[in-house]
Amino acid sequence: MPKLIKDGAAARDYWTVLKEATGPEVLKAVPGKNFLVSLSFWKNYQEELNDYNGNIAIWLDSDDRASELEDSFHNFPLIALNFPIFSDGRSYSNARELRTTRNYQGEIRAIGDVLRDQLYYMQQCGFNAFAIRYDQDIDDCLAAFGDFTTGYQATVAEPTPLFRRR
Amino acid sequence: MYQYDNYDHQMLADRVQQFQNQTERFLAGKLSESEFLPLRLQNGLYVQRLAPMLRVAVPYGMLSSMQLRKLAFISTHFDKGYGHFTTRQNIQFNWPDLAEVPDILKHLAEVEMHAIQTSGNCIRNTTTDQFAGVAVDELEDTRPYCEIIRQWSTFHPEFAYLPRKFKIAVCGTKIDQAATQVHDIGIYLTQNSESLVGFRILAGGGLGRTPVIGKEIFPFVEKKHLLSALESILRVYNREGRRDNKYKARIKILVKEIGVEEFKNKVMTEWESIKDSALLLTDDEITRCKSFFSDPDYESLADNPDSLSNRLQNDIIFSSWHTQNVKPHKIPGYAIATVCFKETGVAPGDVTDRQLNYLAQLADEYSFGEVRVSHQQNIVFADVRQDKLYDFWLGLQSESMSSRNLGLLTDMICCPGGDFCALANAKSIPIAESIQREFSDYDDLLEIGEINLNISGCMNACGHHHVGNIGILGVDKKGEEFYQVSLGGSSKNQASLGKIIGPSFAQEEIPEVVQKIIMVYKDQRQDNEKFIDTYKRVGMEPFKEQVYAKVD
Repeated sequence: MPKLIKDGAAARDYWTVLKEATGPEVLKAVPGKNFLVSLSFWKNYQEELNDYNGNIAIWLDSDDRASELEDSFHNFPLIALNFPIFSDGRSYSNARELRTTRNYQGEIRAIGDVLRDQLYYMQQCGFNAFAIRYDQDIDDCLAAFGDFTTGYQATVAEPTPLFRRR
Repeated sequence: MYQYDNYDHQMLADRVQQFQNQTERFLAGKLSESEFLPLRLQNGLYVQRLAPMLRVAVPYGMLSSMQLRKLAFISTHFDKGYGHFTTRQNIQFNWPDLAEVPDILKHLAEVEMHAIQTSGNCIRNTTTDQFAGVAVDELEDTRPYCEIIRQWSTFHPEFAYLPRKFKIAVCGTKIDQAATQVHDIGIYLTQNSESLVGFRILAGGGLGRTPVIGKEIFPFVEKKHLLSALESILRVYNREGRRDNKYKARIKILVKEIGVEEFKNKVMTEWESIKDSALLLTDDEITRCKSFFSDPDYESLADNPDSLSNRLQNDIIFSSWHTQNVKPHKIPGYAIATVCFKETGVAPGDVTDRQLNYLAQLADEYSFGEVRVSHQQNIVFADVRQDKLYDFWLGLQSESMSSRNLGLLTDMICCPGGDFCALANAKSIPIAESIQREFSDYDDLLEIGEINLNISGCMNACGHHHVGNIGILGVDKKGEEFYQVSLGGSSKNQASLGKIIGPSFAQEEIPEVVQKIIMVYKDQRQDNEKFIDTYKRVGMEPFKEQVYAKVD
């Protein structure tokens, strides 16, 4: 079972991620659910999505750009950013862009290869929810947000860099 | 030098704690090899041929005597009694025990040192001119800006998982000693038409298997915009740098593939959106960082005191060391002395615990308690009184550290190579030694004059072979070690990449090949022309002819 941390506490996950290869028939087959769909799904099946009686949000892969959503992203209650592997660092920049440049206020969730030792940096870049990998220990993960007391940079979590706070 | 405050100490303590926890989980089998890998790399820990290797950061090469003593202590207690200065101003230990590394890091933290981001796909130690702050041709001391960059790049949450490693160098002098143009980002302090000092920023330089000279991205940015300029370059790279092939993942490939103009446009778009954000450097911060690098209490002295000139006249060995290893200082009566760690028979850059302690003692006695590591793997005493140079030199002699070969053929840059490094295709230390033995005559070395010979044991080019006037690269051909020779490289202002002379050579042929190259140079040179200038004038042909000439 995937485990979710949201705003610093364990939380129940109401959302299902639809994999890239999924077709629109799933919407008819499973009504009234909360689906996270990929960027290409969202682009290709606008009509089916509009007709759907459940909730829809989006997940972006690490090589997708939020700019492709134009202004629609404000309509999503959450945007999930994928880590195909934990060492792919693109989603850090993507989260930061959503929060800082695009002023997105909803939930930003890390999905994919989400591990304990990257959580602190993810949070700094604007993620507030983390669907941690099945084998991760939730208590250990909750402790990860305390790995550092402070940092030097201007980040989403701490917009004032240390040199302005010293 | 920079002094930690409570914030710096806290972050370092947090990091040591974090890595201790990660190491424990790894040793307990709770963290897989592949998941532990980037974590240990970002704490300087490689797994090498014989044992783990720990690379300790020396920010822009500055070391205090207290830190030198701590490094000596670590090499005695956790290693085999020696360390190795690297080509990026750091020091590495070849024999630590993995389980003891967190303890070593605790020891380092006591003297404000660490191994953070000395490897891995992140922003590495920022390097600069080893004469920063005392050079005669310097626009401004680069170290305050290096420190600002150090802080910005340390634990940057967005840039810890870049496509590949990322190196920044800063240069403030007319003559570039920092190999600035072959870094992922190269920064030159410069003046605009209104005499305002700011930065010229290049990106996309680098060595490795595809050597490239950096391209200008910002012709001039004001000081206050330094961090936003760097951050925009890094952000474009983090998102768009290739991640499908590790050999094409450096920023130089991105800049090449999309073109400088397109890269620049992307950077500028990013920069416009952040340049006036909280990243804007404050005057207070610049002043604060400068305050750590203010001049020490120099005495008011005259240049060339009698005590020095008498010694120079009467002691020919001292005099030749002085000519070669001592450079002018911005303050009258002072000098910059370099201890050349290129003793024949000792791996270039290797230093024993005893020598480290002795360097500390000399630093306290002669140079305000500080030294610098140069990217040529030597140690610089930046503030030696001219009237004390002779005593200083006697001190070096007593510990066999008075090599007079700075800048000469035997002052080679050389990576640890196949004797230690898991990446290497071939050995490099024995090559260095065989060349040093071939050119053991000091007068001969002086006659050859200024030249640099760089050796790398593999394509990763840690020995900077591409920018050696003579470059030697170890290659593997069907399990046998061969060496490819290139000519014409330079990391100076007119940076250039060496060209391969022809088919590669066996290890035992190398000393003779170098000898032949030098013979052609001596034959062809006009007046006091340096090797690189002769090469540029006459080209590759005469060298090639001689080196591959058939013996009848």
